[in-house]
Amino acid sequence: MEALKQELKSKIIEVLNLEDIAVEDINDNDALFGDGLGLDSIDALELIVLLDKEYGIKLTDPKDGKAIFESIETMSKYIAANRTK
Amino acid sequence: MKANNYISNYCVIENNSVILNSGREFELQNGSFSEFAKAAYKNFNMEYPKFFKMDNLSKLAFLGSEIILKELVNQEENNNIALVFANRSSSLDTDVKYQNSIADKDNYFPSPAVFVYTLPNICIGEISIKYKLQSENAFFVFEEFNAGFITNYANLLLETNKAEKVLCGWVECYQENYKAVVYLVEKQGHTEHNEETVNTLYNK
Repeated sequence: MEALKQELKSKIIEVLNLEDIAVEDINDNDALFGDGLGLDSIDALELIVLLDKEYGIKLTDPKDGKAIFESIETMSKYIAANRTK
Repeated sequence: MKANNYISNYCVIENNSVILNSGREFELQNGSFSEFAKAAYKNFNMEYPKFFKMDNLSKLAFLGSEIILKELVNQEENNNIALVFANRSSSLDTDVKYQNSIADKDNYFPSPAVFVYTLPNICIGEISIKYKLQSENAFFVFEEFNAGFITNYANLLLETNKAEKVLCGWVECYQENYKAVVYLVEKQGHTEHNEETVNTLYNK
Protein backbone atom coordinates (compact mmCIF):
# COMPACT_ATOMS: atom_id res chain seq x y z
CA MET A 1 0.00 0.00 0.00
CA GLU A 2 2.86 2.40 0.77
CA ALA A 3 4.32 1.91 -2.71
CA LEU A 4 0.92 2.62 -4.27
CA LYS A 5 0.61 5.85 -2.28
CA GLN A 6 4.02 7.05 -3.43
CA GLU A 7 3.22 6.12 -7.03
CA LEU A 8 -0.10 7.93 -6.80
CA LYS A 9 1.46 11.12 -5.47
CA SER A 10 4.01 11.07 -8.24
CA LYS A 11 1.38 10.52 -10.95
CA ILE A 12 -0.88 13.27 -9.56
CA ILE A 13 1.99 15.77 -9.58
CA GLU A 14 2.83 14.81 -13.17
CA VAL A 15 -0.70 14.66 -14.59
CA LEU A 16 -1.93 17.82 -12.85
CA ASN A 17 1.26 19.82 -13.52
CA LEU A 18 1.78 20.67 -9.86
CA GLU A 19 5.05 22.43 -10.59
CA ASP A 20 6.11 23.52 -7.13
CA ILE A 21 4.96 20.43 -5.21
CA ALA A 22 7.10 17.37 -4.45
CA VAL A 23 5.99 13.88 -3.41
CA GLU A 24 7.19 14.51 0.15
CA ASP A 25 5.03 17.66 0.38
CA ILE A 26 1.84 15.62 0.18
CA ASN A 27 0.70 13.89 3.35
CA ASP A 28 -1.49 10.82 3.02
CA ASN A 29 -4.43 12.49 4.75
CA ASP A 30 -4.12 15.98 3.20
CA ALA A 31 -7.31 17.16 1.50
CA LEU A 32 -6.78 17.05 -2.27
CA PHE A 33 -9.41 19.73 -2.89
CA GLY A 34 -10.19 22.95 -1.04
CA ASP A 35 -7.57 24.00 1.50
CA GLY A 36 -5.25 21.07 0.84
CA LEU A 37 -3.64 20.78 -2.57
CA GLY A 38 -6.20 23.23 -3.92
CA LEU A 39 -7.24 21.14 -6.89
CA ASP A 40 -10.17 22.33 -9.03
CA SER A 41 -13.02 20.75 -11.00
CA ILE A 42 -10.90 20.12 -14.11
CA ASP A 43 -8.35 18.36 -11.90
CA ALA A 44 -11.16 16.14 -10.63
CA LEU A 45 -11.93 15.10 -14.20
CA GLU A 46 -8.24 14.39 -14.79
CA LEU A 47 -8.20 12.16 -11.71
CA ILE A 48 -11.13 10.19 -13.15
CA VAL A 49 -9.13 9.73 -16.38
CA LEU A 50 -6.07 8.72 -14.33
CA LEU A 51 -8.03 5.98 -12.53
CA ASP A 52 -9.20 4.61 -15.88
CA LYS A 53 -5.88 4.89 -17.73
CA GLU A 54 -3.51 3.68 -15.02
CA TYR A 55 -5.64 1.31 -12.96
CA GLY A 56 -8.48 0.25 -15.24
CA ILE A 57 -11.15 1.70 -12.96
CA LYS A 58 -14.14 3.36 -14.61
CA LEU A 59 -16.10 5.66 -12.31
CA THR A 60 -19.65 5.46 -13.58
CA ASP A 61 -21.17 7.77 -10.98
CA PRO A 62 -19.23 11.06 -10.60
CA LYS A 63 -20.82 11.51 -7.17
CA ASP A 64 -18.61 8.69 -5.91
CA GLY A 65 -15.60 10.87 -6.63
CA LYS A 66 -16.14 13.13 -3.63
CA ALA A 67 -15.34 10.35 -1.15
CA ILE A 68 -12.74 8.60 -3.31
CA PHE A 69 -10.75 11.75 -4.03
CA GLU A 70 -10.77 13.05 -0.47
CA SER A 71 -7.10 12.24 0.10
CA ILE A 72 -4.24 10.01 -1.04
CA GLU A 73 -5.30 7.61 1.73
CA THR A 74 -8.87 7.24 0.39
CA MET A 75 -7.75 7.09 -3.23
CA SER A 76 -5.16 4.39 -2.63
CA LYS A 77 -7.62 2.25 -0.65
CA TYR A 78 -10.17 2.52 -3.46
CA ILE A 79 -7.60 1.70 -6.13
CA ALA A 80 -6.25 -1.30 -4.20
CA ALA A 81 -9.77 -2.70 -3.84
CA ASN A 82 -10.96 -2.05 -7.41
CA ARG A 83 -8.02 -2.02 -9.80
CA THR A 84 -8.12 -4.23 -12.88
CA LYS A 85 -4.56 -3.54 -13.99
CA MET B 1 -13.48 66.06 -31.86
CA LYS B 2 -12.06 62.71 -30.81
CA ALA B 3 -9.84 62.61 -27.75
CA ASN B 4 -6.47 61.03 -28.27
CA ASN B 5 -5.65 57.75 -26.59
CA TYR B 6 -2.16 56.59 -25.74
CA ILE B 7 -0.06 53.46 -25.40
CA SER B 8 1.26 53.62 -21.85
CA ASN B 9 3.14 50.30 -21.68
CA TYR B 10 3.98 47.48 -24.02
CA CYS B 11 5.61 44.07 -23.96
CA VAL B 12 6.98 42.07 -26.87
CA ILE B 13 7.79 38.37 -26.45
CA GLU B 14 9.50 36.38 -29.20
CA ASN B 15 12.69 34.38 -29.85
CA ASN B 16 13.02 33.51 -26.13
CA SER B 17 13.20 37.15 -25.08
CA VAL B 18 10.99 39.69 -23.33
CA ILE B 19 11.06 43.39 -24.21
CA LEU B 20 9.23 45.74 -21.87
CA ASN B 21 8.86 49.38 -22.92
CA SER B 22 11.90 49.29 -25.22
CA GLY B 23 14.22 47.57 -22.71
CA ARG B 24 15.19 43.89 -22.98
CA GLU B 25 14.09 42.53 -19.60
CA PHE B 26 14.78 38.85 -20.01
CA GLU B 27 16.33 36.41 -22.44
CA LEU B 28 16.94 32.66 -22.50
CA GLN B 29 19.75 31.65 -24.83
CA ASN B 30 18.47 28.21 -25.76
CA GLY B 31 15.39 26.18 -25.06
CA SER B 32 11.86 25.34 -26.13
CA PHE B 33 8.92 27.67 -25.57
CA SER B 34 7.94 25.68 -22.47
CA GLU B 35 11.41 26.09 -21.00
CA PHE B 36 11.45 29.78 -21.88
CA ALA B 37 7.97 30.36 -20.40
CA LYS B 38 8.96 28.66 -17.14
CA ALA B 39 12.20 30.64 -16.93
CA ALA B 40 10.36 33.92 -17.63
CA TYR B 41 7.74 33.09 -15.00
CA LYS B 42 10.48 32.62 -12.41
CA ASN B 43 12.48 35.64 -13.58
CA PHE B 44 9.50 37.96 -13.10
CA ASN B 45 8.66 36.40 -9.72
CA MET B 46 5.16 35.42 -10.72
CA GLU B 47 3.45 33.45 -8.00
CA TYR B 48 0.55 31.80 -9.74
CA PRO B 49 0.79 27.97 -9.83
CA LYS B 50 -2.12 27.75 -12.27
CA PHE B 51 0.31 29.07 -14.89
CA PHE B 52 1.77 25.58 -15.20
CA LYS B 53 -1.63 24.10 -16.06
CA MET B 54 -2.14 26.47 -18.98
CA ASP B 55 -1.56 25.63 -22.62
CA ASN B 56 1.18 27.47 -24.52
CA LEU B 57 -1.16 30.11 -25.98
CA SER B 58 -2.46 31.01 -22.53
CA LYS B 59 1.05 31.00 -21.08
CA LEU B 60 2.14 33.43 -23.80
CA ALA B 61 -0.83 35.76 -23.28
CA PHE B 62 -0.50 35.51 -19.51
CA LEU B 63 3.21 36.37 -19.54
CA GLY B 64 2.71 39.42 -21.75
CA SER B 65 -0.21 40.67 -19.66
CA GLU B 66 1.29 39.92 -16.28
CA ILE B 67 4.57 41.68 -17.07
CA ILE B 68 2.62 44.85 -17.89
CA LEU B 69 -0.17 44.69 -15.32
CA LYS B 70 1.49 43.41 -12.17
CA GLU B 71 3.08 46.76 -11.32
CA LEU B 72 0.12 48.84 -12.48
CA VAL B 73 -2.97 47.09 -11.21
CA ASN B 74 -4.21 46.75 -7.67
CA GLN B 75 -6.07 43.45 -7.73
CA GLU B 76 -8.15 44.48 -4.72
CA GLU B 77 -9.77 47.28 -6.71
CA ASN B 78 -12.43 47.04 -9.37
CA ASN B 79 -10.39 47.44 -12.56
CA ASN B 80 -12.30 48.28 -15.72
CA ILE B 81 -9.63 47.11 -18.16
CA ALA B 82 -11.02 45.64 -21.36
CA LEU B 83 -9.12 42.84 -23.11
CA VAL B 84 -8.89 42.80 -26.90
CA PHE B 85 -6.71 40.02 -28.23
CA ALA B 86 -6.14 38.40 -31.60
CA ASN B 87 -3.96 35.93 -33.43
CA ARG B 88 -3.63 33.93 -36.64
CA SER B 89 -3.65 30.29 -35.49
CA SER B 90 -6.52 30.44 -33.01
CA SER B 91 -6.07 27.51 -30.58
CA LEU B 92 -4.62 25.20 -33.25
CA ASP B 93 -1.53 24.41 -31.17
CA THR B 94 -3.69 22.78 -28.50
CA ASP B 95 -6.29 21.49 -30.96
CA VAL B 96 -3.59 19.36 -32.60
CA LYS B 97 -2.33 18.08 -29.25
CA TYR B 98 -5.86 17.14 -28.24
CA GLN B 99 -6.52 15.43 -31.57
CA ASN B 100 -3.32 13.41 -31.18
CA SER B 101 -4.45 12.29 -27.73
CA ILE B 102 -7.66 10.78 -29.10
CA ALA B 103 -6.39 9.46 -32.43
CA ASP B 104 -5.73 5.92 -31.16
CA LYS B 105 -8.99 4.10 -30.40
CA ASP B 106 -7.11 1.50 -28.37
CA ASN B 107 -5.52 4.17 -26.20
CA TYR B 108 -8.41 6.60 -25.95
CA PHE B 109 -8.04 8.84 -22.92
CA PRO B 110 -9.16 12.39 -23.78
CA SER B 111 -7.69 14.86 -21.35
CA PRO B 112 -10.19 17.37 -19.88
CA ALA B 113 -7.30 19.66 -18.93
CA VAL B 114 -6.17 19.83 -22.57
CA PHE B 115 -9.69 20.04 -23.97
CA VAL B 116 -10.56 23.18 -22.00
CA TYR B 117 -7.90 25.08 -23.94
CA THR B 118 -9.26 24.21 -27.38
CA LEU B 119 -10.70 27.72 -27.76
CA PRO B 120 -8.50 30.79 -28.25
CA ASN B 121 -10.46 33.11 -25.96
CA ILE B 122 -9.62 30.93 -22.94
CA CYS B 123 -6.36 32.86 -22.71
CA ILE B 124 -8.17 36.13 -21.99
CA GLY B 125 -10.28 34.26 -19.45
CA GLU B 126 -7.08 33.33 -17.63
CA ILE B 127 -6.06 37.01 -17.49
CA SER B 128 -9.55 38.01 -16.31
CA ILE B 129 -9.42 35.41 -13.52
CA LYS B 130 -5.99 36.55 -12.35
CA TYR B 131 -7.02 40.23 -12.19
CA LYS B 132 -10.67 39.65 -11.28
CA LEU B 133 -11.70 41.55 -14.41
CA GLN B 134 -15.38 41.58 -15.29
CA SER B 135 -14.79 43.85 -18.24
CA GLU B 136 -15.40 43.80 -21.97
CA ASN B 137 -13.32 41.22 -23.78
CA ALA B 138 -12.96 39.88 -27.28
CA PHE B 139 -10.67 37.56 -29.18
CA PHE B 140 -10.35 37.81 -32.97
CA VAL B 141 -8.68 35.55 -35.49
CA PHE B 142 -7.07 37.25 -38.50
CA GLU B 143 -4.88 36.03 -41.35
CA GLU B 144 -2.31 38.66 -40.41
CA PHE B 145 -1.72 41.22 -37.68
CA ASN B 146 -4.50 43.77 -38.15
CA ALA B 147 -3.45 46.98 -36.45
CA GLY B 148 -6.29 49.03 -37.96
CA PHE B 149 -9.07 46.84 -36.63
CA ILE B 150 -7.64 46.43 -33.13
CA THR B 151 -6.86 50.15 -32.87
CA ASN B 152 -10.39 51.14 -33.86
CA TYR B 153 -11.91 48.58 -31.51
CA ALA B 154 -9.83 49.75 -28.54
CA ASN B 155 -10.55 53.43 -29.25
CA LEU B 156 -14.27 52.72 -29.49
CA LEU B 157 -14.25 51.01 -26.08
CA LEU B 158 -12.53 54.03 -24.53
CA GLU B 159 -14.59 56.67 -26.32
CA THR B 160 -17.89 55.05 -25.36
CA ASN B 161 -16.72 54.61 -21.75
CA LYS B 162 -17.04 50.84 -21.95
CA ALA B 163 -13.59 50.65 -20.38
CA GLU B 164 -11.10 52.90 -18.59
CA LYS B 165 -8.16 51.12 -20.18
CA VAL B 166 -7.78 48.49 -22.90
CA LEU B 167 -5.14 45.77 -22.86
CA CYS B 168 -4.58 44.78 -26.47
CA GLY B 169 -2.62 41.77 -27.59
CA TRP B 170 -1.47 39.82 -30.61
CA VAL B 171 -0.64 36.37 -29.27
CA GLU B 172 0.35 33.99 -32.02
CA CYS B 173 1.45 30.51 -31.07
CA TYR B 174 1.77 27.35 -33.09
CA GLN B 175 4.26 24.68 -32.09
CA GLU B 176 7.57 26.46 -31.48
CA ASN B 177 6.65 29.58 -33.45
CA TYR B 178 5.32 32.29 -31.19
CA LYS B 179 5.09 36.03 -30.85
CA ALA B 180 3.25 38.23 -28.40
CA VAL B 181 2.77 41.98 -28.65
CA VAL B 182 0.76 43.19 -25.68
CA TYR B 183 0.10 46.86 -24.93
CA LEU B 184 -2.04 48.97 -22.64
CA VAL B 185 -4.11 51.77 -24.13
CA GLU B 186 -5.44 54.54 -21.96
CA LYS B 187 -6.34 58.21 -22.02
CA GLN B 188 -2.94 59.37 -20.81
CA GLY B 189 0.54 58.54 -21.92
CA HIS B 190 3.37 59.50 -24.24
CA THR B 191 2.96 57.38 -27.36
CA GLU B 192 -0.14 58.20 -29.35
CA HIS B 193 -2.33 55.18 -30.04
CA ASN B 194 -2.92 54.85 -33.76
CA GLU B 195 -2.48 52.29 -36.52
CA GLU B 196 1.03 53.48 -37.31
CA THR B 197 2.36 53.32 -33.74
CA VAL B 198 0.74 49.91 -33.20
CA ASN B 199 2.35 48.60 -36.39
CA THR B 200 5.66 49.98 -35.15
CA LEU B 201 5.30 47.98 -31.94
CA TYR B 202 4.54 44.82 -33.90
CA ASN B 203 7.58 45.29 -36.13
CA LYS B 204 10.06 46.03 -33.35
